[in-house]
Amino acid sequence: MIFSFDLLFEAVLFGVLLGCFYAAVSIGLSVSFGLLDVPNVAHPAVMIVGSYFTYVLCSYGFDPIVAGVVLMPVFFVLGVLLYRFYYESFEKRGTEAGVRGLAFFFGIAFILEIALILGFGVDQRSVQAEYIGSSWELGEYRIPYRMLVAFGVALVLTASLTLYLSKTFTGRAIKAVAQDEPALRLMGANPVRIKQWAFGIATGVSALAGAMVIIIGPVEPAMDRIFIGRTFCVVVLAGLGSMTGTLGAGLILGISESIVLMFFGASWAPAVAFGLLLIVLGIRPQGLFGR
Amino acid sequence: MKFWISCLVVALAAGGLAISGINEYFFFAAFVVLTYIVLATAWNILGGYAGYVNFGTSAFFGAGAYAAVVLFQALGAPLAVQIAAGALTGAALGFGVGVMTLRLRGIFFAIATVAVVFIMETLMINWRYVGGATGLQLQRPEVMAPFTTYARMLFVVMTLMAITAVGIARYIQTSWLGRGLRAVRDSEEAAEANGVPTLRLKLIACVVSGALMGAAGAPMPMYLSFIEPASTFSLNYAIGALAAPMIGGTIHWLGPVIGAIVLASLQQIVTVTISGEINVLVVGVLLVLFVILAPDGILGLFRKWLKSSSR
Repeated sequence: MIFSFDLLFEAVLFGVLLGCFYAAVSIGLSVSFGLLDVPNVAHPAVMIVGSYFTYVLCSYGFDPIVAGVVLMPVFFVLGVLLYRFYYESFEKRGTEAGVRGLAFFFGIAFILEIALILGFGVDQRSVQAEYIGSSWELGEYRIPYRMLVAFGVALVLTASLTLYLSKTFTGRAIKAVAQDEPALRLMGANPVRIKQWAFGIATGVSALAGAMVIIIGPVEPAMDRIFIGRTFCVVVLAGLGSMTGTLGAGLILGISESIVLMFFGASWAPAVAFGLLLIVLGIRPQGLFGR
Repeated sequence: MKFWISCLVVALAAGGLAISGINEYFFFAAFVVLTYIVLATAWNILGGYAGYVNFGTSAFFGAGAYAAVVLFQALGAPLAVQIAAGALTGAALGFGVGVMTLRLRGIFFAIATVAVVFIMETLMINWRYVGGATGLQLQRPEVMAPFTTYARMLFVVMTLMAITAVGIARYIQTSWLGRGLRAVRDSEEAAEANGVPTLRLKLIACVVSGALMGAAGAPMPMYLSFIEPASTFSLNYAIGALAAPMIGGTIHWLGPVIGAIVLASLQQIVTVTISGEINVLVVGVLLVLFVILAPDGILGLFRKWLKSSSR
């Protein structure tokens, strides 16, 4: 292990960029699991499906970010349908939805993964764009443009979702449904419709997140497994449902992973998110920025 | 009594098959099916009886497998010792994860178990002694009489283990432990308020379940004469162990056994006739279909059919 403050600085710098990316891929889960309490273990799998759809669109000449944005409404509709289905099959029946709901999403994740393997094979896929592969020379540091792009998109995504939830009428209704569903019903609003709208947003956002995953690096069908750790780590660390907390937690994960990567090697990096997740669950399950 | 007589019959039948002259492939396939019976039964002790979903069966399974390999490498330990070590490792892991997360809601326990899979895998990838990421070739010891091949011996060992696992699950289901766990599943607050020591019961279930999963993993390296982290900690074990009870039915010890036999046999057939990917797809699709359409599994369907035909 070689240690120097130069390397540390580089690791932190890279970690900040990586952290914003992690916040962006987790923010959909922060809405669906954090606010709506849906145990959406299939969130990372849906996101990787988004990456592959981006890949397909890119082969027709789309820019990956544009492709991600184009996919958002499609995924929004898919999300609404998925929630509707989950609601009719589990939430409506009430009792014991926990075990079955979890098993349901776990099964969905596996089905999506195998569907990708059958459709695209197990090989890694990547996309081409001007900002992928080149980097920004900053003195002695080199920052890949793809990281900057992901960083920018992540910030925009987090900021707009935070504003949406706190300023608009529907956004506030989503927060209200998370706080007290029966009260919302008493006010004459339909919590199921608000929840399916919110779940749609969460799924739509994961299309753009999927586009960023494939911008950052090549994807393969089984990649959702490692993102289960990263996304749930960020959401739990953030304190369920806190949007700004998601950004903070993403940064913590990004910086820790980057430091481990730099000083201990790539073979240890996958364990960082899962280790951090276990520590948070054991010590402070309400998260750092919790309500 | 009837239960133990049928167990004896199954054990004798397995012994008879093992010294008979039937095709060797049968033992290879049956070993996998039996492994899934143990895993599903173990999963159900916590998942079915208490309602705490374990997504990380492969962590316990893999921990058992690696414990066996370490003992075999270091001391050349016999299979029985390897299995005991696997069970102990699984139990210790179950205790650790349980203490950390069983206080929280079920979803957090589920996520924590996934985390344990990846942490264990990373540890083993970085541990040179057990072969790191590339794995380790193992030299099987001489097979004991009266068996002619190692696969036949493993088949009998696994049958005995499956009987033990089912016996334990059956005991838990009918004892005070099972009653307590059912209370936890139906309403944890109400159980706690009535003086049920919920955390202790859940921990016991988690430890027993982990021990059985660890034991199930221990013979795997000898079966393959090889060990490697990626396939040992594959989430395919996790989804199989979870899907089998869901398909068979979770409230009775027979459910996971039926589910595992149906599912694992189907998987063996699909793997041979179509492909390995489709076999995981089969598990996923069956799991989703059953949790939606037949929440009480095959046993539940059977009971419903009994009721409607008696009317």
